[in-house]
Amino acid sequence: MPGYRLTLYIAGRTPSAERALANLQRICAKDLHGQYEVSVVDVTEDPQRAEQARVLATPTLVRELPPPIRRVIGDLSDHAAVLVGLNLAPVEGA
Amino acid sequence: MTAPVEGGQVEKLATGIEGFDLVAGGGLPKGRTTLVAGTAGSAKTVFAAQFLAGGITQFGEPGVFVTFEESPADIRRNLRSLGWDVAAWEREGRWAFVDASPAPDEPPGVTGTYDLGGLIARTEAAVRRIGATRVAMDSIGAVFAQFPDAGVVRHELFRVASLLRALGVTAVLTAERLHEYGEVARYGVEEFVADNVILLRNVLEEARRRRTVEVLKFRGTVHQKGEFPFTVMPGEGVVVIPLSALQLRQHSSAVRVSSGNAALDEMCGGGFFRDSIVLVSGATGTGKTLLTTEFVAGGAAAGERCLLLAFEESREQLFRNAASWGRDFAAYEAAGLLRLVCEYPETASLEDHLIRMKQLLAEFRPQRVAVDSLSALERVGSLKAFREFVIGLTSFIKHQEIAGLFTATTPRLMGGESVTEEHISTITDSIILLRYVDMFGEMRRGVTVLKMRGSAHEKVIREYRIDDSGMRIGRTFANVSGILAGHPRVTTPGELERLRELFGDAGA
Repeated sequence: MPGYRLTLYIAGRTPSAERALANLQRICAKDLHGQYEVSVVDVTEDPQRAEQARVLATPTLVRELPPPIRRVIGDLSDHAAVLVGLNLAPVEGA
Repeated sequence: MTAPVEGGQVEKLATGIEGFDLVAGGGLPKGRTTLVAGTAGSAKTVFAAQFLAGGITQFGEPGVFVTFEESPADIRRNLRSLGWDVAAWEREGRWAFVDASPAPDEPPGVTGTYDLGGLIARTEAAVRRIGATRVAMDSIGAVFAQFPDAGVVRHELFRVASLLRALGVTAVLTAERLHEYGEVARYGVEEFVADNVILLRNVLEEARRRRTVEVLKFRGTVHQKGEFPFTVMPGEGVVVIPLSALQLRQHSSAVRVSSGNAALDEMCGGGFFRDSIVLVSGATGTGKTLLTTEFVAGGAAAGERCLLLAFEESREQLFRNAASWGRDFAAYEAAGLLRLVCEYPETASLEDHLIRMKQLLAEFRPQRVAVDSLSALERVGSLKAFREFVIGLTSFIKHQEIAGLFTATTPRLMGGESVTEEHISTITDSIILLRYVDMFGEMRRGVTVLKMRGSAHEKVIREYRIDDSGMRIGRTFANVSGILAGHPRVTTPGELERLRELFGDAGA
């Protein structure tokens, strides 16, 4: 069953990048129930990936699957904004 | 272009934008970021792109274009119409885009603190990848539109500016203005690129659009002050008309050329000077076009090329006129001695006319140029624009060291002076007046040389007639005064005596 494919773009290991990583881990565990695939791109090491994805702000989290592509910016500490921005359906209620 | 480096002076980088480098004292401050601010439609994007294109085509310097507003595809298409093949430069590794234009999907939600690390990493990567020495960012306002927190954007743009400085590139940042005369730019962007500011204006002046560029400040280096007109030309982009930045080199050439009329040459003390501008002023029908025709013929007789810019009559009409005075324009053209360009004054702005004239002069390289009439161009722009146009044209012609003849139509039949005369009489080297003389119920015509810089000349008014051989200049008007003022009055010999006594010698 195809779940979510998410890519987190960060610019080096900055405090906000660390916060974003921790928040993303929590969201994956709590809201996505294992149906996900996450990759992390450090734009300072791989600017070409940032160019392709047209990432300006860091951190940026992109939901690549399922379509359409959706993205949020910031360190993901506003949990509700992440769910709304990526249109992640709260699974347990269904 | 040279980049003057004097004690502590900031080195300049020539942009390659025609005329601009002259205004900017050599170019943009090298290794710095310059803010280019302007209202919508002020040609900011063209300026920014041309800064890169100039580097590529004229100096072999690669450039990175960071676009926040238009897509790279749109920019490629727009610049193609100016004659630049950006796609080819991209393939050759001389131009790189950083596409920071808004993504088509809906704007991203904000979930916490963020910075523009992606933009900074991508810009740096692009600069390093193609070895860019020039960067253009267009336009800053669009970044503020993409991100809700202006404070963050301002801070991040400051980081971008620091990065560019660290990379040693010369950069242009464009920014929007809401008003032509007001704060430098929206969002207070001048706070982080405060050192160098250029303003582009697109002002409505007497129902006509007029573009100007002003270097507001270049810290630690010299530049010309004030606004300079510019235009955007297909195939060239921005062309600045440097006006007061032109130096008026005074030539003291003693070489004379024939006006094409032996009697007129005599009145001028032996012909026109080769590198001088002559203004012929007269009411309609006094023979200005005839003098122009003789000037062309005089050149052709001496084997000199002449460029004739006509704004009042059609080509056919000018050929017919010339033939009626025994001058064969077709033969001159066939011999490559004449280039006749007829245009309606209204077909272009004064700036565009000026640039077109410069192109023609550069192309045809004539020894003579005639403009018939200059006053026809008065109505194309405001007085200020006209004056700047005349100064620009005159100084360009003087730099070419060729003989120029302008005609001006005076609005009144008798006496009077035209706007053209008023504005350019101090610039021209010689002034020839053609005037109607109303005597004994008959309209006669008189010619006089009012001014001849650097030479003696006749000070009398001679009568002339126009017949099938051209202008026949005869004797002086004896016993007549008040011709130039438009009130000819026959004076009796007795009165003449009295005047002679008053002024010592009132004659020649």
